[in-house]
Amino acid sequence: MTRDLVLRILGKLLIPFVVLFALYVQFHGDFGPGGGFQAGVITAAAVIFYAIIYGLPAARKFAPDWIIESMVATGVLIYGGVGVFGILLGGNYLDYFVLAHDSVHGQERGIFWVEVGVAITVSGVMLKIFYMFAGRQRDRDAE
Amino acid sequence: MTLLTMMAVVTVAIVVQRNLFAVVVFGSIYSFLMATALVALDAVDVAMTEASVGAGMSTVLLLAALHLTRGQEVKPLQRPLLPLLVAAVIGATLVYGTLGLPAFSDPQAAIHTHVVPRYLLESLRETGVPNVVTSVLASYRGYDTLGETTVVFTAGAGVIALLRRRRGEGQKR
Repeated sequence: MTRDLVLRILGKLLIPFVVLFALYVQFHGDFGPGGGFQAGVITAAAVIFYAIIYGLPAARKFAPDWIIESMVATGVLIYGGVGVFGILLGGNYLDYFVLAHDSVHGQERGIFWVEVGVAITVSGVMLKIFYMFAGRQRDRDAE
Repeated sequence: MTLLTMMAVVTVAIVVQRNLFAVVVFGSIYSFLMATALVALDAVDVAMTEASVGAGMSTVLLLAALHLTRGQEVKPLQRPLLPLLVAAVIGATLVYGTLGLPAFSDPQAAIHTHVVPRYLLESLRETGVPNVVTSVLASYRGYDTLGETTVVFTAGAGVIALLRRRRGEGQKR
């Protein structure tokens, strides 16, 4: 944990906006630049920022390993699940137009959930890799 | 042009520099320049990815990895003549390959006449999503994106499998 007052205060001020920006990138990706991948990376960056300033244990308390690890798989399952849902509703795998009464709404719904899946997997993987690297350092220091 | 010159300068600096911390920082600067170049090319989505992944995430991961190793690049044991030759040959082949590409921003190029007109003209009507990049990625090319997500998942699973501390490993030492 760093004792630097400026960093701690600035981090506290900025991290909410980083998360808000990630949400904006996620849900505004249909209209502007961005989408699931970018939003996932930005979310992971917010948590990594927190971990760098307040220390890894604090970040692990906020986003424990089991959540991160299940996020890694959950995203892919959501993406694949959208495809299976399409089959169940009478289309082909990853057909979106069957997801709602109107084919355009179906497309929008399909794209929305697919992007959610991408964001969850990407942020999970990024955070997990960071935890792995940073955690090793802490272990070695303890020796 | 200014951007490309700056990128070339940074590349040379990366090659010359022996301090790995400086190399990582230069790599981050290179990514930011690349992101700026992509903005100049109107590829905002890619620029965003480059800035967040290339400049942000990779830098953090490389710095974390650097903490575990030494900060200086070791001198190579023998003169790297063979790798230099291989790199030169591959580079020349790639340059030769670019000669076959259509001219930059040629509207008659094959990629602009095949499916691109449909994506650009019909995407809003068919998917209701104004950002064509999103509709192509998530809908028209949904399978590709599923594959990419699986690749990301596999990368994460690989890192977990390689770096996870096994139970009891701590007590052995």
